[in-house]
Amino acid sequence: MKKRLAAGRLAAFGLLVSLAIVLSYVEYLIPFFQPAPGIKPGLANVVVIFALYRLGSAQAAAVSLLRVILMAVLFGNAFALMYSLSGAVLSFGVMLLLKRAGVFSPAGVGAAGGVCHNIGQLLCALVLLETGGLIYYLPVLLLSGTAAGLVTGTVAGVLLKRIQN
Amino acid sequence: MRKRRNDMILIALIGFAAALIALGAYLLRHEGAYVLVTVNGEVYGKYALDTDMQLRVGNDGAYNLLVIESGSAYIREASCRNQLCVHQGRISHEGRSLVCLPNRVVVEIVGGERQEVDAVAG
Repeated sequence: MKKRLAAGRLAAFGLLVSLAIVLSYVEYLIPFFQPAPGIKPGLANVVVIFALYRLGSAQAAAVSLLRVILMAVLFGNAFALMYSLSGAVLSFGVMLLLKRAGVFSPAGVGAAGGVCHNIGQLLCALVLLETGGLIYYLPVLLLSGTAAGLVTGTVAGVLLKRIQN
Repeated sequence: MRKRRNDMILIALIGFAAALIALGAYLLRHEGAYVLVTVNGEVYGKYALDTDMQLRVGNDGAYNLLVIESGSAYIREASCRNQLCVHQGRISHEGRSLVCLPNRVVVEIVGGERQEVDAVAG
């Protein structure tokens, strides 16, 4: 029984990783999703939040990391990997903490995750490009990250209710 | 319902922070004097903002065409796929920048007294 459960979870995990990659790829393919640098919906965040609530923190972290690494290997380069990774790590860390705190709904957790993803990437750009000028872009990134995270978090919340196991 | 309210507070706080930073940036802005171009974090060149010019940064494979025109700078053409730097528009205030992540080119407006101001003041 325990073995069956483990296999089911593993299958769900694999499915979520591939879904996250497909969503990232769709976003990458369609320029409409990226109106300005750093602004995009982050559709894969739906999957990460879903995994965070349904599979637990360790597997959700693995979904997020695998998505970032596989996307970089398939379509990106070392620099793209550093940007995505810094965004994903900060975003996931904060979402995990907020989820644990238990005072926010998935929408709020998503909004915080979206903002932190952008902050992480901006910090990475500040270090890599050695320019402070990017700070002017922060307000735009804060708002767009919140909006994007709110949407993905809300969608994840709805999915969590509708999909039982 | 309490969670909903907390979500709202969180979002309002982020919005407030964004507004505060934007306001600060707006109040503290002033016209720059030079255009500093860096590639890979290394200085490529520094050009006066009041002298119209065009500059091709990079080689044929990966380039950004920088234009300095009537006191502001913008990128007219870029080799990259997303063209984000081209869409970033014109900049003239100190600290503002145009960034091309694929080519790792940063165009930043920096301060310093302009030559003519010095001449008039002296």
